[in-house]
Amino acid sequence: MTADVAVLGAGMHPWGKWGRGFVEYGVQAARAALADAEVDWPEIGSIVGADTVRGGYPGYVAGATFAKALGWQGAKVTSVYAACASGAQAIDTARAQILAGMADVVLVVGADAAPKGFFRPVGGDRQDDPDWLRFRVLGATNPAYFGLYARRRMAVHGDTLEDFAQVKVKNAAVGALNPNARYRKRVTAEEVAASAVVCDPLRLLDICATSDGGAALVLSSMEFARRRGVADPVRIRAVSTVTPRYPHTVLDLPDIATDSAAGAEPAGEPFRASIARAAYEEAGIGPEDLSLAEVYDLSTALELQWYEDLGLCGGGEAAKLLREGATSPGGRIPVNMSGGLASFGEAVPAQAIAQVCEVTRQLRGQAGDRQVVGARVALTANQGLFGHGSAVVAVR
Amino acid sequence: MVAGWFTGEGDGFRLLGTRCAACRSVFFPREDTYCRNPGCSGGDLEEVPLSRRGRVWSYTDSRYRPPSPYVTDPELPWEPYALIAVELESERIVVLGQAVPGITVADLTVGMEVEVVPGVLDEDTGTTWTTWWWRPAGVAR
Repeated sequence: MTADVAVLGAGMHPWGKWGRGFVEYGVQAARAALADAEVDWPEIGSIVGADTVRGGYPGYVAGATFAKALGWQGAKVTSVYAACASGAQAIDTARAQILAGMADVVLVVGADAAPKGFFRPVGGDRQDDPDWLRFRVLGATNPAYFGLYARRRMAVHGDTLEDFAQVKVKNAAVGALNPNARYRKRVTAEEVAASAVVCDPLRLLDICATSDGGAALVLSSMEFARRRGVADPVRIRAVSTVTPRYPHTVLDLPDIATDSAAGAEPAGEPFRASIARAAYEEAGIGPEDLSLAEVYDLSTALELQWYEDLGLCGGGEAAKLLREGATSPGGRIPVNMSGGLASFGEAVPAQAIAQVCEVTRQLRGQAGDRQVVGARVALTANQGLFGHGSAVVAVR
Repeated sequence: MVAGWFTGEGDGFRLLGTRCAACRSVFFPREDTYCRNPGCSGGDLEEVPLSRRGRVWSYTDSRYRPPSPYVTDPELPWEPYALIAVELESERIVVLGQAVPGITVADLTVGMEVEVVPGVLDEDTGTTWTTWWWRPAGVAR
């Protein structure tokens, strides 16, 4: 049995602040993916929705919500929630069904309609919820954690504000070429430096926005793809959904404290690195095999952290890798050629799916002005609140 | 604010965690149900005061008003506060907290020693919600 599943179709609703409901974004993305796959909706044997907590019950049961909007047709239905890793878990669920022979062709959809400003926990007085507590007790927003990571990199590795700004400059330049991106304007280092500090040392242009958007994939068995005359599809070879290992010693969203290392020695491999390693091991590849990577740049500084966690360079060498141009278009390992979250903003359940949409286009050679020449192997990486790993390896 | 997270006053103020009697893992916020170390057979969880002093792991601040459930008066101008993540040596844990008012990021460096002191999260006419604050060691309040 092959461990590959085929990516027959990829579709997105452009990111922005459109002021409409998440269902509309998801359905448009789904229809685009179905058209791209040349598969009719009634042929889909299973639909997996990545949930959004902002849509009330319809958001919590996204699979059925999208299925109803597309027209009930009797498919298997699943809804998954793993915060920012929801999309990866939806892909993993679809893939497991295909590899187990439970479905031939599966539609995966994620969409969100995010409010303006800081993300906040859902309402109520919930003292047993770590996400609620970090806001109530500390006022610790998501950018506060990004600020902590950024300051730590400056202190430990000597990263500078200019290094962080260059990540934004790089991502905005490619995002300007992406019709699905929300921000399509080049940005200069001076503009980053002139933007307001949100959480020291990070400025507004170092931090991703919150957006509306949708993304969808049509995944199938390799046999289904062959029957459709698609001999050489983009293939998903690995999906990593791992948790951290105790003790998790890096302060992470939404925690108020780390695990203690007093009772057990840390593994020596931080959580984000373990997400990537699980994907590499499952795919039987290493970082040296990558043609490109899409990483979760919630902040500019966090993109640099991912370079090290993905093994693109050694510890503390990310800023050097950036300065050398290795992660820019034409470099040894281009990162975030979609424009990244810097250009999209967060549409939580859609983003991990959108990363796979981007690498699908890249591996097909359909990325236009953003194309990484000769792309054969791509990794996407992401991390969900509460310890959800998220990485996908796609190959051609 | 949250029951059982800290105790005492003045120099006697301490964060309260729990410690597994079997593996010595420390938990903050307190874990009263199970030891979360997967390699531990599971011991009794005992309340334990955490070290009063630690070293700054990292820090940041909040230049914009956080959303609810953080409680602030929208009628008043926003006063940014610093957040400090502090590494406690003997517990081998990093604990996040607000800095005492008046301490800004300009006063902080990674690695500097800080100590825990009692603080006020919010107050209205009837209630004062207490909390913990970090302040550079040896600085008078």
